[in-house]
Amino acid sequence: MLKLGNKEFQSRFILGSGKFSLELIKSAIHNAGAEIITLALRRANLGGAENILDFIPENITILPNTSGAINADEAVRIAKLSKEIGCGNFIKIEVIRDTKYLLPDNYETIKATEKLANLGFYPLAYMYPDLNVARDLANAGAAAVMPLASPIGSNRGLLTKEFIQILIDEIEVPIIVDAGIGNPAQACEVMQMGADAVMVNTAIATASNINQMAKAFKLAVEAGREAYLAGLGRIIKQADASSPLTGFLD
Amino acid sequence: MRSDCMEFLPQMERIDSNIMDEVLKARDDYKCENFEISDIKATLSKDRISLIDLKILLCDNALVVLEDIARKARELTRANFGNSINFFTPLYISNYCDNACVYCGFGCSNKIKRVHLNSTSIEKELIAIKKTGLNEILLLTGESQTYSTPSYIANAAKLAKKYFSTIGAEVYPMDTKDYKLLHENGVDFVTIFNETYSIKKYQKVHISGNKRVFPYRFNSQERALLAGMKGVGFGALLGLDDYKKDAFSTALHASLIQKKYPHAQISISVPRLRPTLTNSKINPNSVDERRLLQIICAYRIFLPFASITISTRESAKFRNAAIQIAANKISAGVSVGIGTHDETNHDKGSEQFEISDSRSVKEVYDDVLKLGLQPVFKDYEFLS
Repeated sequence: MLKLGNKEFQSRFILGSGKFSLELIKSAIHNAGAEIITLALRRANLGGAENILDFIPENITILPNTSGAINADEAVRIAKLSKEIGCGNFIKIEVIRDTKYLLPDNYETIKATEKLANLGFYPLAYMYPDLNVARDLANAGAAAVMPLASPIGSNRGLLTKEFIQILIDEIEVPIIVDAGIGNPAQACEVMQMGADAVMVNTAIATASNINQMAKAFKLAVEAGREAYLAGLGRIIKQADASSPLTGFLD
Repeated sequence: MRSDCMEFLPQMERIDSNIMDEVLKARDDYKCENFEISDIKATLSKDRISLIDLKILLCDNALVVLEDIARKARELTRANFGNSINFFTPLYISNYCDNACVYCGFGCSNKIKRVHLNSTSIEKELIAIKKTGLNEILLLTGESQTYSTPSYIANAAKLAKKYFSTIGAEVYPMDTKDYKLLHENGVDFVTIFNETYSIKKYQKVHISGNKRVFPYRFNSQERALLAGMKGVGFGALLGLDDYKKDAFSTALHASLIQKKYPHAQISISVPRLRPTLTNSKINPNSVDERRLLQIICAYRIFLPFASITISTRESAKFRNAAIQIAANKISAGVSVGIGTHDETNHDKGSEQFEISDSRSVKEVYDDVLKLGLQPVFKDYEFLS
């Protein structure tokens, strides 16, 4: 069971909604088995003809994000707006002030996390995987830390694997790997490493068959979690032929 | 009337921490079961070691594959410390003690020669040690707040700072304000041995004195870190109680402190019971050299980053082997008596226990070089 803030979830697969066409969101959610879907608040077209909120089933938890914020103050403002329109207390903090690489600003993210946690939100902090930052985020009240696997939308996979593993090993709050996961095998791998959940958007949105790929990710995340819980088997390394280290005990 | 060993005395500082509860619960839950050889080999193939793996490494069957365990430990030691072997020596400045502990030569009821070095004698000792080339010193006292007050130890640290770049203290547990005083006078590392993590045994062997209060002692490392110390040391007196449970508890205690204080430098010692002047029969029968090596390797594999010290309680042969496998710090030119480094010191006090390795600093240095390792005398140059 994945526990975030005051809620528990069966599924450990979080679906991003940024790149789907609206009519596909419902079926993608169905095939992915996701219980959480992210929502860029700047895309919510309240009262408009194509409001993304109308396409998300009621039993799904909406995870609004602060996409578009370039500093902590803007992220806090967006979070407050999302609460006003009924999106609840969950907020994914995205603070990005680099339009070329779209890498998160860890420093501003910490500040936003602290402010929003103090306001009663459950902040889920998108971040570049850095142990000290992750500790600060957890101490600031983050409900989850969301390290990127590789640049957002790149489908390049686990470029930051070693650093994500350190966060998994050291940080108490849930680790949700976000951004860059390009195929189901990578999602499976990150779950085998012990991540609490995976978030995917582009890899599904750009697949030839969106629904089939959503299902493939669902299965991969489940397989990875099972493997992690089962404990991976050993890998035998080459024998070392040098003289015994413990001979002095004889 | 004897105090309850789990109750703080009124003057003792309390801090907000649940680490003791966690360690004691884990110890209670630990049944010391044996594991299959395949389980041990599986543990050795892992990159990340869990508490269950630690239990696996400490089980009886682990002795069957001790060579494999030693190889893994050596790999991690060299990966984390390279070929470096840090040198230091302890300096005992007082052997007065307020506690009655059945296993210790300094116990307050023991009829031994008590000495409390004054500033002049301490400085003579420091100069004599400095001449051997050492740059790190560990100040030790018997556990007497009456004779060795915090200001007395702080003064010794201030004197030591004139000659040594790194100063550690292995003294009685103190409040945060007293650790701060030591830190302000040059101490950066504090070692407190918990002796045993078995409450039952702890209260049985610590008959009277402040040392009898288990939780105050347990929280010492945290108070030292809160006072600004850079590092803290841990150790159970192996052989006092079930060695597996005590080794397990020590490693868990150290790992939880490291987790809560990520900046802290963690070090572990592996003292075995040694015969004392007043009790020549004390011996760690349950912890032979194979088991001692097993424990050292388990510590290394569970806490690859931690410094592991091998003391002169062990033989030169064992120490030479241990630094090739898992230990990265060694004492040299050791005397556990008082006032023995400088020949002109007239105040000479009895020793705490019998040592097994009386090599001089030069002899240990030469042996370390012969083993292909690099002796390191100076590890720190503090800028403030």
